Amino acid sequence: MVLAVIVLGVIQSVILLQFDWFGGEASTAAKPIDTLMDVTIVLSSFIFAIVCVALGYALIKWRAKPGDEGDGLPIHGNTRLEIIWTIIPVIIVLGLAGYSWAVLNDVEKTDADAMHVNVYAQQFAWTFGYPEEGNKWSEGELHVPVDRQVIFDLQAQDVIHSFWVPEWRIKKDAVPGLSTDVVVTPDKIGRYQLICTELCGIGHTTMRATVVVESEADYQAWIKKQSQEVPEDLLLTKDQFYETQKQNEEKSGGIEGSGVIEE
Amino acid sequence: MAVAIRQPGWYRGAIGTIIGAAFGFGLVVALRAISGLDVFQTEQTGYPHVIVPLITAPFGFLIGFGAFDYWFRWAAGKPTVPEDHSGHGATKWQDYFKFNTDHKVIGTQYVVTTLFFFLIGGLLALLMRAELAQPGSQIVAANTFNGLFSTHAVVMIFLFIIPVFAGLANYVLPLMIGAPDMAFPRLNALSFWLLPIAGIIFLSSFLAPGGSFDAGWTGYAPLSTGAPLGQSFFNIGVQFAGASSIATALNFLVTIITMRAPGMNLWRMPLLVWANLSTSLLVVGATPFIAGAQFMVFFDRILGMNFFNFLQGGDVISYQHIFWFYSHPAVYIMMLPGFGIISEIISTHARKPVFGYRLMALALIGIVVLSYSVWAHHMFVAGMFSWLRVPIMITTMLIAVPTGIKVFSWLGTLFYGKIHTYSTAMLFSLAFIVTFTIGGISGVMLGMIPIDIHVSDTYFVVAHIHFVLFGGSVFTIFAGIYHWFPKMTGRMYDERLGRVHFWGTVIGTWGTFIPMHWVGMDGMPRRVADYASQYGDWNLVISIFAFILGAVQLVFLYNMIVSWRFGPKAGNNPWRANSIEWQVTSPPPVFNFDEIPRVVGGPYEYGTPGARHAIMGGEELEVPEPKPTTVTAPS
Ligand code: HEM
Ligand SMILES: [Cu+2]
Ligand SMILES: [Cu+2]
Repeated sequence: MVLAVIVLGVIQSVILLQFDWFGGEASTAAKPIDTLMDVTIVLSSFIFAIVCVALGYALIKWRAKPGDEGDGLPIHGNTRLEIIWTIIPVIIVLGLAGYSWAVLNDVEKTDADAMHVNVYAQQFAWTFGYPEEGNKWSEGELHVPVDRQVIFDLQAQDVIHSFWVPEWRIKKDAVPGLSTDVVVTPDKIGRYQLICTELCGIGHTTMRATVVVESEADYQAWIKKQSQEVPEDLLLTKDQFYETQKQNEEKSGGIEGSGVIEE
Repeated sequence: MAVAIRQPGWYRGAIGTIIGAAFGFGLVVALRAISGLDVFQTEQTGYPHVIVPLITAPFGFLIGFGAFDYWFRWAAGKPTVPEDHSGHGATKWQDYFKFNTDHKVIGTQYVVTTLFFFLIGGLLALLMRAELAQPGSQIVAANTFNGLFSTHAVVMIFLFIIPVFAGLANYVLPLMIGAPDMAFPRLNALSFWLLPIAGIIFLSSFLAPGGSFDAGWTGYAPLSTGAPLGQSFFNIGVQFAGASSIATALNFLVTIITMRAPGMNLWRMPLLVWANLSTSLLVVGATPFIAGAQFMVFFDRILGMNFFNFLQGGDVISYQHIFWFYSHPAVYIMMLPGFGIISEIISTHARKPVFGYRLMALALIGIVVLSYSVWAHHMFVAGMFSWLRVPIMITTMLIAVPTGIKVFSWLGTLFYGKIHTYSTAMLFSLAFIVTFTIGGISGVMLGMIPIDIHVSDTYFVVAHIHFVLFGGSVFTIFAGIYHWFPKMTGRMYDERLGRVHFWGTVIGTWGTFIPMHWVGMDGMPRRVADYASQYGDWNLVISIFAFILGAVQLVFLYNMIVSWRFGPKAGNNPWRANSIEWQVTSPPPVFNFDEIPRVVGGPYEYGTPGARHAIMGGEELEVPEPKPTTVTAPS
């Protein structure tokens, strides 16, 4: 039985490891995360093999003969076995949790000289601001230089959206009323898709943008060509919003209406 | 006619509905007039003229139908008529359409009603799979599609999986513990009748201007707070479904705690009873949170409150915390009763005691406790405080341990048994072990933050939830229905058709949901009506298997309906099981037992000669309490 588990586990692991499950890798986070996944796949293969072999073995060995009305052995349990299959899984999952924690810290580490990009999400479009380049902005197309850490500051102005570039292995929600951020170091030049993964209404399916990862020189050339700055009223942070609201109230002399926002 | 109108029943129910709706409408008109508002003006999302009657009409119906007659009379100090709203038990099919207080009638009502909703939810799913079979947009528009997956999930969760378990347990649990009925039969009947009401509210949202609710079953704010009228139908429907669950759970708790037959101490309770005890603890503790969350959304929508309005100081993320504080425990509400069913069936058909019975019971309690501490694993990428992620990851991973204990113990139960596989119930139980393991493994993967960051909100999550909910919960539901069908109807189903259903379902489930892992990991997000053409082939495969899976359910329905009417007589105990429900006739007598049985041993004493679980009333012979003999396994 042990042999069968090992053989099946190895076969499954080998087959499953042949595939490139998460698709192309294009950021420094991709490697460690994919390795974590591979380790998990191997462990899972053995656990799944144990279940399958145990079930198959029991069915072959202890299937009742036709007409056999007897009962099985009155075994109520086995304390040693029960302790084993409590403790070993605890060790496995805690090990995986520790490993995950290490990977998480690794991929979320920020460099001091990381570049910031603002991401504005709204139904159903993405726009990007480049605060370090004179607050230039681009619509529907994100440009970043390769091999430089980027911190995306995400903001949403209507409902929740989610920022996902599969090849980068990162994802973070853009939440109205809140600033969230996500760290990436793209390490492969190319064009990718930015996909909204949080249901945001009718246009959710098609809420995508293009991501262009290019050499530093190409990036600089591109940003020079951008002439427009992020419009003032595109998005307000919460504090800015309260500020304008207070000013309005002061102007109008009090709170108006019941708080229902006119659409 | 005049008599019919005064009697509780459908006539009076219809009149009550109309009066209830008129009352709600009048209330809105009057209140608006008093407050100096336009009497008939409708706000963008408010529609008070629809929403308030939607709440009052069901109460009108329930009062008319007779749900409160006894209580009203009692409260008014009038003589109560114990049987004024129904006879106990059912003698003809019409009795199933009455306010009936017999737990067996209610159990049957539950199972039949929820299977009906299973069918509807399934049709909605097939409509989605038809749209997704090819890239591009063919059958439904994007906003209709959002409505489809939202209602599909809501119908399946709130009107099928959660209540069908309540229905099965309603039927068998009182019998199993040797009780004549549930502790609160009238409350029990009320719980059932709240369900079709919730169902009608959910489904009628398709008729609302702007279409059905379409913010997903999760209904995240602020998408839901700004959504058209249909969303309010969801907010209100959940209140009725939730009230039904909570009332049933209280009923189970009191029944299990106070009504066990003499001699049935905690360690002699069948695991199905343990499972429902645990589930009820989850329902009672967690369900108020979803009720609250939906009320908050509802108030934001129609009263202009600002719980989740970020422009007025509301906090968007707090919706998700409250929602998942219910909805993670809810996934175990949808699983634990199934664990109980599997333990019963495997032990009976392997002719062996459940391996590690006490640890199995403790694992259930462990899951209950841990369940309350893992909710934020649904929010790893939601932008919540980042320090909360790692502690939640650890508790999430740990919850796999009691789940694993259950899987290993079922396997241990099979070893050294005499395994019979003639019953479709057993086939589903065995397949459940393997299929559910896949869902557990993908769950652990999702619990690992770096992996979840990549696959959250993709088809990988869709694959996970269907492996645990279809391969998990629904397999146990089928197993349970096949197992207790002879008890409930007194007739045997057709095992040949059962096998067709079994193999079709297993192949359909794997074929449909395995490839979803792959496309999800590779980059296909969930809740989309269209996708990149590179996923076209796999989606076609998925859709084909989904249609096989759907078609084969018709075999199940045919088998159930025809066997109920024409099946061969089943006998009292076709599976030669030990627990008490099998010691009475099939179907059981109206009050279950002439004399309450006495419990003298554990529920799974297979293989111990002379050992008994219970001595039924009327049995003369005095059996000495047997000592459980433990035989060490030859190794
Ligand atoms: C081994 C135990 C399990 C673990 C560790 C686990 C873990 C998880 C995690 C981390 C997620 C969040 C994925 C995401 O949205 O990014 C998830 C989603 C989900 N799980 Fe599980 N799970 C387990 C078992 C179950 C069971 C038994 C059920 C139900 C029978 C279940 C039902 C669900 C559902 C319905 C969702 C998706 C909710 C939604 O977003 O719509 N899970 N699970
Ligand atoms: Cu979206
Ligand atoms: Cu969860």
